[in-house]
Amino acid sequence: MTKILMKGNEAFGAAAIKAGCRYFFGYPITPQNEIPEYMSRELPKVGGCFLQAESEIAAINMVYGAAGAGARVMTSSSSPGIALKQEGISYIAACELPCVIVNVSRGGPGLGGIQPSQSDYFQNTRGGGNGDYRTIVYAPANLQEVVDMTGDAFDVADQYRIPVIISADGMIGQMMEPVEFSERKGRPLSPKNWAVTGTEEKRAPNSINSLYIVHEELEKHNWRLDSKHKAIEKNEVQYETYQLQDAELVVVAYGTTSRVVRSAVMDLRKEGINIGLIRPKTLWPFPYKAFDEISEKVKGILTVEMSTGQMIDDVRIANNGRFPIHFMGSPGGSIPAAEVISERIKSIIRE
Amino acid sequence: MAKGKVVFDENQCKGCGLCVTACPFKLIEMDEKRINSKGYHPAHVTDLEKCTGCANCAIICPDVVITVYRIDK
Amino acid sequence: MNIVFEKTKGLTDKTFHYCPGCTHGIIHRITMEAIEELGLLGKAVGIAPVGCAVFAYEYFNCDSYEAAHGRAPAVATGIKRVHPDCLVFTYQGDGDLAAIGTGEIVQAAHRGEKITAIFVNNAIYGMTGGQMAPTTLIGQKATTAPYGRDENHAGKPIMMSEMIATIPGAAYIERVAVNTPANIRKAKKAIKKAFEIQREGKGFTMVEVLSTCPTNWGMTPEDALKWLEENMMPYYKLGIYKSSEGSVING
Repeated sequence: MTKILMKGNEAFGAAAIKAGCRYFFGYPITPQNEIPEYMSRELPKVGGCFLQAESEIAAINMVYGAAGAGARVMTSSSSPGIALKQEGISYIAACELPCVIVNVSRGGPGLGGIQPSQSDYFQNTRGGGNGDYRTIVYAPANLQEVVDMTGDAFDVADQYRIPVIISADGMIGQMMEPVEFSERKGRPLSPKNWAVTGTEEKRAPNSINSLYIVHEELEKHNWRLDSKHKAIEKNEVQYETYQLQDAELVVVAYGTTSRVVRSAVMDLRKEGINIGLIRPKTLWPFPYKAFDEISEKVKGILTVEMSTGQMIDDVRIANNGRFPIHFMGSPGGSIPAAEVISERIKSIIRE
Repeated sequence: MAKGKVVFDENQCKGCGLCVTACPFKLIEMDEKRINSKGYHPAHVTDLEKCTGCANCAIICPDVVITVYRIDK
Repeated sequence: MNIVFEKTKGLTDKTFHYCPGCTHGIIHRITMEAIEELGLLGKAVGIAPVGCAVFAYEYFNCDSYEAAHGRAPAVATGIKRVHPDCLVFTYQGDGDLAAIGTGEIVQAAHRGEKITAIFVNNAIYGMTGGQMAPTTLIGQKATTAPYGRDENHAGKPIMMSEMIATIPGAAYIERVAVNTPANIRKAKKAIKKAFEIQREGKGFTMVEVLSTCPTNWGMTPEDALKWLEENMMPYYKLGIYKSSEGSVING
């Protein structure tokens, strides 16, 4: 397979089309504009439809319509735009429809800034929408993962009938890296016989709906969603660990920051300081079990995020009080330098 | 000789009385002596002989409880 | 004996949950009769709103959807783009279409989206208990306008048919009422026409239906019909606001 040099945002689009995505509804917002631009150019060539909506709210509701109509459909946005989409994401989750949502996040709160940020961890994993629901969240750290995770996201969304969010930031979206589009293995999937397609008067009507006015029925529905979430927590966790065996300290980071943290870890190992890394590739389900691999000799855990500390809540749950937890954050849009991370690690070890 | 016939699905009637307003011959009234399974006084026809089967009552009925027949000559 | 009127196959056997005398039931029926007569039940997809008609999907005997408040035209867009051969219609009240969903309805019309909106205007929020709607008349009392709607405070009632008719993408816009058998027949004709124009791919279509809310207006169903005629019809004039043959406004 030959490698192609691609921009992150375009890689999202290319991987989606390769995975059979034929509908895209979106609204412009920096730093993800190359995704809708790419889709507007490429979808008509494969018989698909790109539509620029009047708002993120309309876009996600168009996704809701197309997903229930049985199509593979995607939208993308950035933090404040994702906030607007949360109404629709809640409905899509409630109606058990598959779709893929890319969040090329930017700093907040409010209008914030357009530089790389990881301050949407809560918004992605906890959901800004109402009710008891979850969304699967992938966190690619490089463009090959952008390609692979986007492709898989459509299968996973179809398999569990659930919205899947891909969490990125301006760096992942804007940078270029070589990627290859190998044939995906794919998953065995059931036909979408629940979809709204017109009955042709050959079957009973299908209805896409999240209203359960009888409390017993709502309770039953929510427990059923919960059992699906439990299955996802069991089957779909993805993470990477790096040299945990002899580590004095373990750093936890995902996405863009995990790239820099890895450089810092390698630099420190050259100096004889043994540091390990846990990198969640799915933020929900979170890889709690990865923390079981940490040896008792570890002096502490350092969480590095481009925020004031959001994933650290999951790290605390995973750690369950075993080790001291330290935090290093950059909530303004700057990516922490490897040397600065190394210095922080050294100072923790010296304590 | 009646030209039409109307049949009320009485237990579906909510007693709103809109059919009473629509009948051009004032043949429908609410039966205040009876209560249907929903707890309403159902509509009924007082003089079936005068019904022409115009279907106005059925057209205005919000609960689609009326079926209308026209009698062949 | 010949049957001259029976319940359409387009409706399910489910009993409407509407209050006695509420004209939603009439509008449901004529909408589904129109689809049945066009032979399109197997192609139809109906989208229910949030409001009194929130359960409409239980009554439409065709594929259906329940949308978030005001978003039905966006949901309809998603469905129509995937299945262009389906007859896609939204069924929305005045809070849904003319308040929270104005963005979605205006933009769907601008795109000339080949969908039909059945817009039920009863000048009040019914489901939530009689609050002021964008279509509540000047002086009309509501639970959030206890002294009557004041023009200086809340502005004038919104006229959606007039507004949407100015949009080039709108192919057919008509306002009808369901207060008499004659007007109900005209309303059904308008809905059927809108569906036919959607099928011809000519653009966005909307039928605004003046409807009653006896419960929240605080009057009998019969008085509500009179109130509609005497108060709503002079302000919300019936007629065709947009069609390929031009417009005919009554009054």
